[in-house]
Amino acid sequence: MAINGTQIKDVVIKPDAPNSLILDKHADYIAAYGSKKDDYEYTLSEYLRMSGIYWGLTVMDLMGQLDRMNQEEIIDFIKSCQHDCGGISASTGHDPHLLYTLSAVQILTLYDRVKAIDVDKVVDYVGGLQQEDGSFAGDKWGEIDTRFSFCAVATLALLGRLDAVDVGKAVEFVLSCMNFDGGFGCRPGSESHAGQIYCCTGFLSITGQLHQVNADLLGWWLCERQLPSGGLNGRPEKLPDVCYSWWVLAALKIIGRIHWIDKAKLRAFILACQDEETGGFADRPGDMPALLKALWIRDMTGTVPGNQLLKEGFGYCPSQ
Amino acid sequence: MSVEEISNSLPEAAEEVQTNNENMEGEPEMAYDESPREGYVLYRDRKEWADLEPVPQDDGPNPVVKIAYSERFRDVYDYFRALLKHDEKSERALALTAEAIELNAANYTVWHYRRVLLQALEKDLRVEMKYITAIIEDQPKNYQVWHHRRMVVEWLSDPSEELQFTAEILSQDAKNYHAWQHRQWVIQEYKLWAGELEYVEELLEEDVRNNSAWNQRHFVISRTTTYSPPKVLEREVQYTIRQIKKAPHNESAWNYLKGILQPTGLSSYAGLLEQVEGLQGSCCSPYLLGFLVDYYEEALETNGGKYNLTETLNKALGLCDLLAQDQDTIRREYWRYVARTLQSKYDSGETSPPPTEQQ
Repeated sequence: MAINGTQIKDVVIKPDAPNSLILDKHADYIAAYGSKKDDYEYTLSEYLRMSGIYWGLTVMDLMGQLDRMNQEEIIDFIKSCQHDCGGISASTGHDPHLLYTLSAVQILTLYDRVKAIDVDKVVDYVGGLQQEDGSFAGDKWGEIDTRFSFCAVATLALLGRLDAVDVGKAVEFVLSCMNFDGGFGCRPGSESHAGQIYCCTGFLSITGQLHQVNADLLGWWLCERQLPSGGLNGRPEKLPDVCYSWWVLAALKIIGRIHWIDKAKLRAFILACQDEETGGFADRPGDMPALLKALWIRDMTGTVPGNQLLKEGFGYCPSQ
Repeated sequence: MSVEEISNSLPEAAEEVQTNNENMEGEPEMAYDESPREGYVLYRDRKEWADLEPVPQDDGPNPVVKIAYSERFRDVYDYFRALLKHDEKSERALALTAEAIELNAANYTVWHYRRVLLQALEKDLRVEMKYITAIIEDQPKNYQVWHHRRMVVEWLSDPSEELQFTAEILSQDAKNYHAWQHRQWVIQEYKLWAGELEYVEELLEEDVRNNSAWNQRHFVISRTTTYSPPKVLEREVQYTIRQIKKAPHNESAWNYLKGILQPTGLSSYAGLLEQVEGLQGSCCSPYLLGFLVDYYEEALETNGGKYNLTETLNKALGLCDLLAQDQDTIRREYWRYVARTLQSKYDSGETSPPPTEQQ
C-alpha cells in the first residue's frame, strides 16, 4: 500500500482468511500443549514455563474451561519452584526471577490459593530487588527494566503488600522513562515501545499515579499503532503483530482511551491470524501459530469485556 | 501437454513476507540441526561423564501425549541439571553450558550458571567476549545474551568494542531494541557521546523512518547540549523539516518535531506555522494535519492575542473533520474527541457546528 508515494509497512489480509472465532480449536490447542511434555517447543520453553501456565490458565478461564487444567498439580509445581530466598523460578531447577514470581502469584490468585507459598518470603524477595534509584532488577544479576517495576508492584499488590517497597521512588524511576513522544521504554532514554508502555501504565495504575501520564498524548501514540490492515504494531514503522493487540489495547484501557482503536478492523485482523488447522494464533496472518499469542487474542475479539480481561491480567481492576 | 502456470507462492494471507520475529523476544528459537552430527557422542555415553547421574526433566503437570524430541537436547539438559544439583564448578561444566546455550539460548538459568562458573574458574573474560559476540551475532533478539555481554563488559571495565559491535548488529537490523539499549548503556556509562550524533545521521540517511534512530537522536542531544540553546533547537527543527520533505508520511519525524517543540511550545517558534502550511501541497499527510491541529489547539490555549480565536477554532475543527472523515478514518474516534474537546473549551457560539457524525 502506498500513500503519497511511500510504502507503508503493513500486511494485507486475504479474502479467505478466517473471519470468525474458532474457539474450540484454541481450547484444544492449549489443553494439549501442557500434555506434550516431550514436544520440542514445549521443552524449549521450559525457561518460561510458569508464565506459559499462567497464560494458558487465563485463556481457559476466559473460555470457561479452567476445569480442564489440573489445579492441584499446578499448585504443587509452584510450591516446588519457590526458592529459599523467596523468589519463584520458571520451572523446577531454574533460578528465581521476578517475571516468574509474578506469574506464580497470578496463578495462585486465580485459584485463590496464595497461601500455598510463603508469602512473606516472596515479599522480601521482591523488596530486595529494588535499587537505590527506585528501579527494580529482574533477579540477582541486576538487569534493570520497567517490566520489572511492573512485575514487582503487581506481585505485591496481589499480595496486599505494596508497603514493602518505596513506592515513591519506584514511581520516580518509571516516570524518568517517559519519552518525548509520551511513551515509555525499558530504561531512561529507551525508545517507546508498546510492551514497555503496557508495563508502565499498569505500574502507574497500580500505584495510583495515572494522572502523571498525558493520556491524550500517549493515547494518540498508542492508537497510531493501528495500521490500515487493522493490526497493531509495537512502535512506528514496524509490522503489525497480534501480541501488540494486547499490549496496546490494555494500555489504552488503563488510560481510558480504548475507543480510539478501530475495533472492527482490529477484530478482523486478529481473526485472520487464527490457524484453522491446529488452533492458536500466529503473529500475523499466514505465519505459524504460537501458544504465547493465544491468551491476548482471546479477549480482543470482543466477546469478553475489557475489565474482565484486566481482572485476569492483574488479578483486579485497575482504576480508570 | 498443458502449460502449467507458475505462480509466485505468496504466503497464504499476507502480502509482505517477514520471516524474522518482529518481537523483542519471540518464541524460543529452535535449533534445526537436532540430529547429532557424525562423531557426536551423547553425554550419557561419554566415559569422562560416567561419574554424574543425569537428572531428567520434571515439569509437573502430567503428559497425556508423548512425542519424541531431540535426543541430544534431552541428554545435554539432563546433564546440565546434574551439574546444577551437585553445584559442580569445573571446566567440563563450562563447556556443557556452551552446548546448552547452543540448544536454547533463552534459558536464563544456564546463563546464570555460566557466569558463576566464569567467576569461580577465573576464566579469561576476553575469550568470553569473543564467545558472546558470536552468540549474539547468531541470535541478536534475546535478552539473556545481551545481559551477559553487559556483565562481561562491566567485569572487564572495557567498553572499547561496544560501539562497533552494536553498529554491526544494527547494520543487520537497524531497530534491534536490545542492541539500542546496550549502546545507550555503554554511551552513558562510559561517556562515549562523541560521534554518536553523526552515527544517528548516517542511519537516518539510510532509513529516515527508523524510529530507533530518531529516539537516539533525542537521547544524545537531550543529554549533551540539550534543546535549550536556540541554535540547537533551530538546527533540529530545520533538520526534521528537511527529512519530512524527503518522506512526508513519516510518523517518527513528526513525533520528533512535536516532541522537541513541546517544552517551549509549538506556537512560540517563529515561522513554524508558515513552514508547515507550506508543506501541505506536496508533503501532506495525516501527521501534518494532526500537527496543525496541535498547533491551533496550543494557539487557542495560550491565546496570545495575535490569533483570531474563531478563525483558529474553525480551522482546527475543519482539520479534525477532514481527518475523521477522509484522511485518517481509522482514528476517527480520536479526531472526533479532539474536535469535541476544542468545541467545548473554546466555542463562544459564533462557530458553525461540525457536520453530523456518521455512526
